[in-house]
Amino acid sequence: MSAVRAALQRRRPRAEGAGAWLAAGCVALSLLLLGALLLLIAVRGLGHFWPASVSLVELDDGRRLAGRAVRELPLPDGEGRERLYFTGNRGLDGQVWHWLPVARIVAESRPRDLVVLERRRWGDFIGRLVAVEPAPDAVAAGAGNGATAWAQLEARLAALERLREARDTLQRETIRPLARRLEADPGDGEARRALAAATARAARLRAAMDETILVLESVDGRRLRQPLDEVLAARRPNALSTWEKLAAWMQGVWRFLSEGPSAANSAGGVWPAIFGTVLMVLVMSLLVTPFGVLAAFYLNEVAHQGRLTRLVRIAVRNLAGVPSIVYGVFGLGVFVYGLGGTLDEWFFSDALPTPTFGTGGLLWASLTLALLTLPVVIVASEEGLARIPDHQREGALALGATRLEMLGRVVLPMAVPAMLTGVILAIARAAGEVVPLMLVGVAKLAPQIPVDGDFPFLHLDRKFMHLGYHIYGAAFHGDDVQAAMPLVFATALLLVLVILVLNLTAIFLRHHVSTRHAAPSRR
Amino acid sequence: MSVRGPIIDFPPEASCFDLEGLSLAYGETPALQELTLRVPRHRVTAFIGPSGCGKSTLLRALNRLHDLNESVSRRGRIRLEGQDIHAPEVAVDELRRRVGMVFQTPNPFPMSIYDNVAFGLRLRGGLTRRRRDDIVEWALSAAALWDEVKDRLRASAWSLSGGQQQRLVIARTLAVKPEVLLLDEPASALDPISTLKIEDLIRSLKGQLTLVLVTHNMQQAARVSDYTAFLQQGRLVEYAPTDTLFTNPRLARTENYITGRMA
Ligand SMILES: Nc1ncnc2c1ncn2[C@@H]1O[C@H](COP(=O)(O)OP(=O)(O)OP(=O)(O)O)[C@@H](O)[C@H]1O
Ligand SMILES: [Mg+2]
Repeated sequence: MSAVRAALQRRRPRAEGAGAWLAAGCVALSLLLLGALLLLIAVRGLGHFWPASVSLVELDDGRRLAGRAVRELPLPDGEGRERLYFTGNRGLDGQVWHWLPVARIVAESRPRDLVVLERRRWGDFIGRLVAVEPAPDAVAAGAGNGATAWAQLEARLAALERLREARDTLQRETIRPLARRLEADPGDGEARRALAAATARAARLRAAMDETILVLESVDGRRLRQPLDEVLAARRPNALSTWEKLAAWMQGVWRFLSEGPSAANSAGGVWPAIFGTVLMVLVMSLLVTPFGVLAAFYLNEVAHQGRLTRLVRIAVRNLAGVPSIVYGVFGLGVFVYGLGGTLDEWFFSDALPTPTFGTGGLLWASLTLALLTLPVVIVASEEGLARIPDHQREGALALGATRLEMLGRVVLPMAVPAMLTGVILAIARAAGEVVPLMLVGVAKLAPQIPVDGDFPFLHLDRKFMHLGYHIYGAAFHGDDVQAAMPLVFATALLLVLVILVLNLTAIFLRHHVSTRHAAPSRR
Repeated sequence: MSVRGPIIDFPPEASCFDLEGLSLAYGETPALQELTLRVPRHRVTAFIGPSGCGKSTLLRALNRLHDLNESVSRRGRIRLEGQDIHAPEVAVDELRRRVGMVFQTPNPFPMSIYDNVAFGLRLRGGLTRRRRDDIVEWALSAAALWDEVKDRLRASAWSLSGGQQQRLVIARTLAVKPEVLLLDEPASALDPISTLKIEDLIRSLKGQLTLVLVTHNMQQAARVSDYTAFLQQGRLVEYAPTDTLFTNPRLARTENYITGRMA
């Protein structure tokens, strides 16, 4: 009894000593760095959608500014600090960022009537809403009461949204089909009349949308007339309760996910980029899996295991180390110009010189990435095949199976999980790859997603948007990189999430397959 | 030095396998040398011998499993019911259906119990579901496994115990109705009860099938086999009816081996 106790209580000898601690430390450090990275992009990315309060700042020289405090740094000469404000109003000031020395600020307040407008052009407006024109009959024009004007603005925004929907429906359900009919049969008088009527209605809707003008005033008293149609969103952040801010935040996140980009990709949403990324990865997986699996089968099951096979194997493994830009160049030369050019000559010659397939597109990008990830799939599948014990193969052969039956009925099902592991690795690599895409089909702006209701529904020849490239574009090629920075972080977070979801899907699939085929563990 | 076949007491027409000067080598290393012997039809023949003497190699030669291994070279002839199994007109998958094999370690496929037994049947097709079900039941009963698994035919074969798995593999082989059953140490990984079940199975099958058994267990060979061949270093040392070989071996080497006094 006591001997047992003693044996139980004796600690396991730490034979590894310092080594174990070092290894554990390395693991901890890696996890910490990874966590910090994710936290940083999450905070900076998601914080962007929070409707931060807007301050009204008065300087000692009488100047007044309204803006969002972004950060504060000590002055270069060491005396005091200065603060960075985002003040918007590009149309008025030409400059949206202001560094103000803290010592020169004499007053700072948060008036509830400050409005923030997100606009299609000129970025944000920060200031006051004076009036909405044309004024409804009930209220005398020029009353200039901020609160009533705000209520009107909200009503008008909702009305505008309804007008937009009506116009889109008209466009989609009436005008486009009629235009198609006319295209097919130019003599169709009835269609021509209907089209004219519909176009007139669209013009009336358009006019109604253009009608409303906002009269705005910046905090230093300059006035501005802003067509409401260009306003994407309007808020009074200082008047919002925390719950309302939360609702606004969620709405902002949702718009980011579901809408197309605006203001040269430095604002707006990323829906086309999400869609493009996912679709490209899916098409790539569909291309790479059969090729990789068949190649692995050939190398492992069919080929004579001689020096040549070994050489091929080494070559395949080394292909995984070729820089991705090289694949991009290869894709451009072989797929886009070579294959695409030939396809154009054969099948789309009436469209030339405008290329159809002879330019970058979804298909070529997927094919290039499939090539890039082929080694991963081959290696993983081969390892899966090599792990299948010989006695399973012999068991099938001994029952009179031919080699093909043995491979198809016993070996393939057992190797499926390993093959899916290869596909998972391929997806992980392909989803994050941007460089080769720049050469073979990614576009800075392609608001038309490559799937729509027009035959053949999936347009593999179209250019597409990609989250990774969107990050690159927003971070380096916008007009105002600093303003786009939060968007860069948000997009980066989204890219990580998309890759995660893609991987989880594949892992789920593998789990599903392996519980069906590879059977449970021995009991 | 070695005794070749002659003291065996059955007529040539009663032989199932007929080996003539069979030599086999893995690359440069010989594994079987000049083997000449006959295996009687519908009897149990046991091969015994020290580890590495070539018993498994011989068994695998009988259903041409060596075909897969490019480094194996062979000389000599193997006849099954008078026909050379290496003749060009012999289809190897057909041969393997006639000569079933059960391996040393149980190797059920990762599928359900039913699918394992039906595997060989499905390869050739042409059976109705009913007929296939009947054959599966017959094979599992013949392998003395039916009562244990009849309620869980859809369960994974890998959830069975080792002894059950080995009987399942035997049932799987029986389901394709082979003429010959090759058993390579079928009970080496099993407990005494499972071993006894397998031995009963062997006894019940002879009469319908030719059985060839490799075993390290002298008692087992003595219990179930009709004829026993003793191999050493790839050569046939002595081959006789089991009673004779175990009670009255002609060579001292054989006696030393079966009584456990190995040099
Ligand atoms: N695939 C192979 N490649 C090369 N040599 C092999 C191979 N298989 C067996 N051998 C060699 O052939 C000889 C005979 O092997 P075999 O497996 O037939 O012996 P065994 O009598 O079945 O032994 P055990 O009783 O241990 O199973 C051994 O020396 C072995 O090393
Ligand atoms: Mg063996």
